[in-house]
Amino acid sequence: MSKKKSFTLGELPGAKIWTLAFFIYLYAPMVVLVVYSFNENRRVMNWTGFSLDWYAKAFANDNIQRAAWNSLMIALVATVCAVTIATLAALILGRRNNFRGKDTSTGLISLPLVVPEIATAVATLCFFAVVGIQLGLISVIIAHTVFCIPFAFLPIRARLEGMDDTLEQASRDLYANDWQTFRYVTLPLLMPGIFAGAMLSFIISIDDFIITLMVAGAGSTTLPLYIYGMIRRGITPEVNVISTVMLAISIVFITAYWLLTRRQSVTTH
Amino acid sequence: MSATAIAANNLVKIFGSGPNAVTALDNVSLTISDNEFFTLLGPSGCGKTTLLRLIAGFEQPTEGDIEIFGSAVAGLPPYERPVNTVFQHYALFPHMNIAENVGFGLKMLGREQREIDEAVTTSLSLVKMEEFATRTPAQLSGGQQQRIALARALAPRPKVLLLDEPLSALDLKLRQAMRTELKTLQRDTGITFVFVTHDQEEALTMSDRIAVMSAGLIQQIGTARDIYERPDNRFVADFIGDSNFISATIDVIDSDVAHCVIGNGLTIPTQLVGDHRVGDTVTLAIRPEKIGLSGGGDWIIKESIYLGTDTSYRIASGTQEMTVREQNARTGTARFNVGDAVSLDVAAQTTTMLRD
Amino acid sequence: MNLPQNPATRRFLGLLPAWLVIGIFMVMPMMILLVFSFMESDPYGGVDPGFTIEAYRQILFDLNFDDELEFDPVYLIIIGRSILLALIAVFGCLIFGFPVAYYITRQERRVQNMLLYLVTIPFWTNLLVRTYAWILILSGDGVIEQPLKSLGIIENSLEMMYTNGAVATGLVYSYLPLMVLPIYASLEKLDFRLVEAAHDLYASRFQAFKQVIVPLAKPGIIAGCILVFVPSVGAFIAPDLLGGGKKLMLGSLIHLQFASSRNWPFGGAIAMLLLAFVMIALLWQLRSARKRMEESG
Repeated sequence: MSKKKSFTLGELPGAKIWTLAFFIYLYAPMVVLVVYSFNENRRVMNWTGFSLDWYAKAFANDNIQRAAWNSLMIALVATVCAVTIATLAALILGRRNNFRGKDTSTGLISLPLVVPEIATAVATLCFFAVVGIQLGLISVIIAHTVFCIPFAFLPIRARLEGMDDTLEQASRDLYANDWQTFRYVTLPLLMPGIFAGAMLSFIISIDDFIITLMVAGAGSTTLPLYIYGMIRRGITPEVNVISTVMLAISIVFITAYWLLTRRQSVTTH
Repeated sequence: MSATAIAANNLVKIFGSGPNAVTALDNVSLTISDNEFFTLLGPSGCGKTTLLRLIAGFEQPTEGDIEIFGSAVAGLPPYERPVNTVFQHYALFPHMNIAENVGFGLKMLGREQREIDEAVTTSLSLVKMEEFATRTPAQLSGGQQQRIALARALAPRPKVLLLDEPLSALDLKLRQAMRTELKTLQRDTGITFVFVTHDQEEALTMSDRIAVMSAGLIQQIGTARDIYERPDNRFVADFIGDSNFISATIDVIDSDVAHCVIGNGLTIPTQLVGDHRVGDTVTLAIRPEKIGLSGGGDWIIKESIYLGTDTSYRIASGTQEMTVREQNARTGTARFNVGDAVSLDVAAQTTTMLRD
Repeated sequence: MNLPQNPATRRFLGLLPAWLVIGIFMVMPMMILLVFSFMESDPYGGVDPGFTIEAYRQILFDLNFDDELEFDPVYLIIIGRSILLALIAVFGCLIFGFPVAYYITRQERRVQNMLLYLVTIPFWTNLLVRTYAWILILSGDGVIEQPLKSLGIIENSLEMMYTNGAVATGLVYSYLPLMVLPIYASLEKLDFRLVEAAHDLYASRFQAFKQVIVPLAKPGIIAGCILVFVPSVGAFIAPDLLGGGKKLMLGSLIHLQFASSRNWPFGGAIAMLLLAFVMIALLWQLRSARKRMEESG
């Protein structure tokens, strides 16, 4: 037998191992975090055994409960506001027609994505100082709404762009007025995009740290702020617990988003 | 007999594995001579493109081997084989201009820039595209891109040129013009062409030899005339041109001519194939244009379709049906009307007894 | 019920909320910040009226005891470090991410979707938490040093925390998905027959990679580089947690001015500088995109 060189088209030598290393790098820190959240020892890095004690302690902690409640409230209100504004804008900007100001409007909505978060954060702080809005839940909700709009906007617009125009035309042809067409045709078709946008907004809001850090006042501490404070004061096992919970929330929501947009691409093709 | 350019021996190609496995080539063997215009003809999915990709080196055979000018190429990557490919959708590099596209092969071979420039000029003039050297592929029409793809594959002077349905994306007029051009190009350059197509007209007009493929098998190899006039089996007779398939019984065997009787008693003389004996039932393939019609007889015209140069008749006698095609000659009108009675005249060398 | 018939009215009403909210709470704040950066600092936080370029002067020069301007590189070093670390993050992500993006495109559809999902998850999970996890790994009693110490391989700490290396690792880790996704998108659109054609024309694997795959993936590579550079250069979390306030970057410097230092104009000036860097990066991307458009006719 002669020694055969085997040539497989499109193979990059070593890419498989490289990719494996990539995913290990990506996930190892999270795995470490989750594992150590079950450590019974008070000293975070000193593994002595499995325990759920710190979960119990963390969940019973008044401050954490308050921070969690704040995070949830802020995320819910900001999501509802952002999704409403984004849906209205997407209904105009997601159509194939072109008009003056379309690109400008799209650019304006994407602005929060382009500006570095720290700049947005301090600018918003200055604004509240000038206008005289007390830093607190309201200021955080406003800042989050602005930041969440592009994240809500993108999936809704994508959904609209992929929508068949003739469906709305058919509806009008069948004697539905504008409102009925929107209510019975456009909105139901748009729903997966709106849900997807809501998922993203919610994650972005609940995870946000830098902007919240600058515009939160006394009594509006969110979970990320609380975590940051704990890390600053010295790491306790409770940080690991709360961090693990935050990870879990994000993963649940992003999975929901993923499934929603995937189903969407199945039904439109 | 000239040298063998390509020899394929017992090629098997199976894609996938387990229950999803698909056999694309099922024990295919063929030889292609140097200097030959060889066509692989067949419907989509017949394995013709797979065979071409095995020769090019994009895929490796599951079993069997390929020799190119006497040397085995098993395991060799495409860039170590003396063959070049004209791709179906041209595959011109969009980020390079025409000259860079055409010179790419020689550049990869490490030739000097001067030599590359010369080869680019020669190749471009071969396809009459000299003045397009600095354009980008996006600026060319489909037909022009086609020529550049051809020039690019010819520039390194391969021993064998593989063409994967290169004309399929062109419109009809352009396609017809390109046929003649390709044939001339092949004759002038002396390069062996292996041409893949599903278009029988293309195959018939250009090829020295044709391999008709179906279901991963070679059905028949021969010249255009062989394949049209003497199809080996039902698939070939049906795929190339139209045929009437008639079941008949051998009545008399006279050396190598069998006189076959069909349902209504008509006797058709045909070349004997295989070891049939008197009384055997065989299938005859009769081309519609090989049947002569004359007035009066036991066949009735059931339908008459005007086709411009020809008229196609559907005729019947009892349960037997056939299609007959007749030129409209000079008068431009059909000789018979629906309901007319006609008789048939089938010459001895015009029908084929099928092997299957 | 009928909506307004005039399309212009409809557009106006539909876009009004977005324009108002982003205009008032995003554009106006940026302008206020710009104005603040030209005002005098109030030692108790906020600004005092009056126009001055003091804040911008402070970036390069300091006043010495004789009230004379003296070149002071301390902020220049921070600016340089920010750009350098951001560039290192960009290259780290590119080198680590490109083969991965390529590998993903070569898989079958189902596997591709699964891998993309795995790439996006970290992007959507809390950055603070993910960066904090690196403290558990890099710190003196972290998961790297602990076993090495107990096995006696090392005696003293490797001092991995609070270094430029730690910050760079954190930055690469933070923004890796932002590099992989656009490169994947452009590689996925790549007509693989072009790679076949290159091989057919005697290009080896490496040559095909260099001559065909990389040039055609260029839009994705550029987009990825910008997407990583922009948040890296203004990063706050990674330098704060992993650099421990010792390896300051622009983001942390800005934060400091509004938190403990209470020098709002200076913070504003640094923020404007950061925005300028971002603008330059975006304009560069726009220019190369335009050039590509012209080339392809």
